[in-house]
Amino acid sequence: MASTQTREPLTTGSDTTPTSIRQGTLASNTVIGIAAGSVAAGVGITLPLFGANYALMILIATACYMVALYSVSRRTEGARRATDRMVTTVVSLAFALAVLPLVSVIYTVVEKGTARFDMAFFTETMRNVVGVGGGASHALIGTLIITALAAVISVPIGIMTAVYLVEYGRGPLARAVTLLVDVMTGIPSIVAGLFAAGLFAQLAGPGTKNGFAGAVALSVLMVPIVVRSAEEMIRLVPNELREASYGLGVPKWRTITKIVLPTSIGGILTGVTLAIARVIGETAPLLIAVGTTDSTNLNPFSDRMETLPIFAYYSYQQPGFGEGIQASYDRSWAASLTLMLVVMVLFGLARVLASVLKPKGLK
Amino acid sequence: MSTNLSPDLDSTGAPSTPDTVTDERGTQGADRIFSGVSTGAGIVILLALAGVAFFLVKEAIPAITADPAELSGNAESLWDFLAPLVFGTVYAAILALIIATPLAIAIALFISHYAPRKLSTSLGYLTDILAAVPSVVFGLWGLFVLAPLLVPLMGVLERALGWLPLFAGPVANSGRTLLVATLVLAVMILPIITAISREIFLQTPRLHEEAALALGATRWELIKMAVLPYARSGIISATMLGLGRALGETMALALILSPTPGLISLNIISTQNSQAIAPNIALRFPESSGLAINGLFLTGLVLFVITFLVNFGARRITSNAFSGAN
Repeated sequence: MASTQTREPLTTGSDTTPTSIRQGTLASNTVIGIAAGSVAAGVGITLPLFGANYALMILIATACYMVALYSVSRRTEGARRATDRMVTTVVSLAFALAVLPLVSVIYTVVEKGTARFDMAFFTETMRNVVGVGGGASHALIGTLIITALAAVISVPIGIMTAVYLVEYGRGPLARAVTLLVDVMTGIPSIVAGLFAAGLFAQLAGPGTKNGFAGAVALSVLMVPIVVRSAEEMIRLVPNELREASYGLGVPKWRTITKIVLPTSIGGILTGVTLAIARVIGETAPLLIAVGTTDSTNLNPFSDRMETLPIFAYYSYQQPGFGEGIQASYDRSWAASLTLMLVVMVLFGLARVLASVLKPKGLK
Repeated sequence: MSTNLSPDLDSTGAPSTPDTVTDERGTQGADRIFSGVSTGAGIVILLALAGVAFFLVKEAIPAITADPAELSGNAESLWDFLAPLVFGTVYAAILALIIATPLAIAIALFISHYAPRKLSTSLGYLTDILAAVPSVVFGLWGLFVLAPLLVPLMGVLERALGWLPLFAGPVANSGRTLLVATLVLAVMILPIITAISREIFLQTPRLHEEAALALGATRWELIKMAVLPYARSGIISATMLGLGRALGETMALALILSPTPGLISLNIISTQNSQAIAPNIALRFPESSGLAINGLFLTGLVLFVITFLVNFGARRITSNAFSGAN
């Protein structure tokens, strides 16, 4: 009771000082009005002067919106609120700007890729094909074989390294491994390709190019991604679970294989899937370690193989001549579309895995 | 209590039957094997990285000892051969970084502090997809979509800002210029910088934010006073990781640019472009043999060292910051 009485004079007394407490706020109608006016201004200025230039229209409308909003807000709400509104607009615009290339890439790939996205593309190879026709079945097979090999190499190494770092790693070796995984994350993909080329030049003679070399190069890129995500997931497993297991007399390795890994398997598999999505589109290392060919090669241990990214690359770089050029570009886009679809499917798979395998009761 | 309990457990465990003793020996063996295997996996990583360094150096040595004139036509020293490539690599990467960093920070802020919480995970997912678009697709997109789109803009730039060495022109009508290439590079490194910055923005201590709000801060003031100071080192390291990625990016540059060998030029809108290391290797390696291959390995080694230093520096900054915060 007494407190309300003592507070009352304070609020009445503040009449003189802070306008900020009782300052007005912009009605949402005003903001919408400003936006509509800006769009009208953008169209009205651009159309008579420059024709239907949409980029300029958007630019002018945006500029009008920002200037008008700032000045109106400054008058009614004060400078601080006006700046806040300005920053909100800029940040939202930046986000829209980032979505733009993604939308444009997807649209372009779908639009240009569908021209040759047919049965022949997935059943035929480029063997003895000059100009129009042909397909990329050999490239699709090559990509699947090489990526599968890379996964077979890097998933066990990656997960076991993560187990080592979380469950066993102490002292200088663990610190060195952590540091080197970080370094490995930053290896340029082309350097990974050079490494594979150098390694196989040593093992099988200079100029050796085969699918396995490509898989080794991709593994160099994939292992750090798997380690990072698996490590993060294994760390999330609550210590109480381990302690409960130890308390029942279960040895450490059984605790890891029966308690820790099953609890975190959803997250680990999600990470693996994302890592595959990341390396399946790698071009540069395969260019160096695997090379290119026109026909199907099922043996990754001898001779060159074709892969989808390389197929897309060479179909653009060496399109042939005459009407074959457009056909080759079309094949390049169809290969890009296939790659994008594979990546999207892998992303979807990762999401499904994450939700299906999420252990019950874990946040 | 617990100190009393553990010797108790030990004493009951020690006089066990012979059966459990052998069992224990078995599990100890299995334990040792399992820890050995997982340690071995860690050591494989050490070996792999050592292998990368070893084979790069081994294949680069012939190029270092050879006559520089054999590596490129008019090179008098090894530096003449390397300098234009190093310049091209660093120049393109830094330009891309200048474009991408402010954008990435704004996007990360949008996801962490402006978008509704429910939306923010799916928006983060969107940037993840952007990160997974194959680089060859980005290259083709830059070539077929972005380049024609930007030719008029480049004309405007030349007329308005032609006195700057950056925009000296003449404008390439094909649009295959460094400007287009760096824009594509910027789009490609955007998701990396965004992802790391977003993570760090979300880690801002709740109490700092609430304190700022309680003082009557607007959203921007909250970000300026609580979020950005906390995240500064994280932003720097995210930027450097983005730089590392931009330095090593190959296909976008290899597809978009048709570079002039040995050229050092600041011009970003003409047909005459400096060559970067990674696309140079990608373009030359399939057709090269002998010493030329060794020369390419040498440039690869230089690229490896540069990216190593950049990434190492980035990790240094983050680890220092976190140890200071704890």
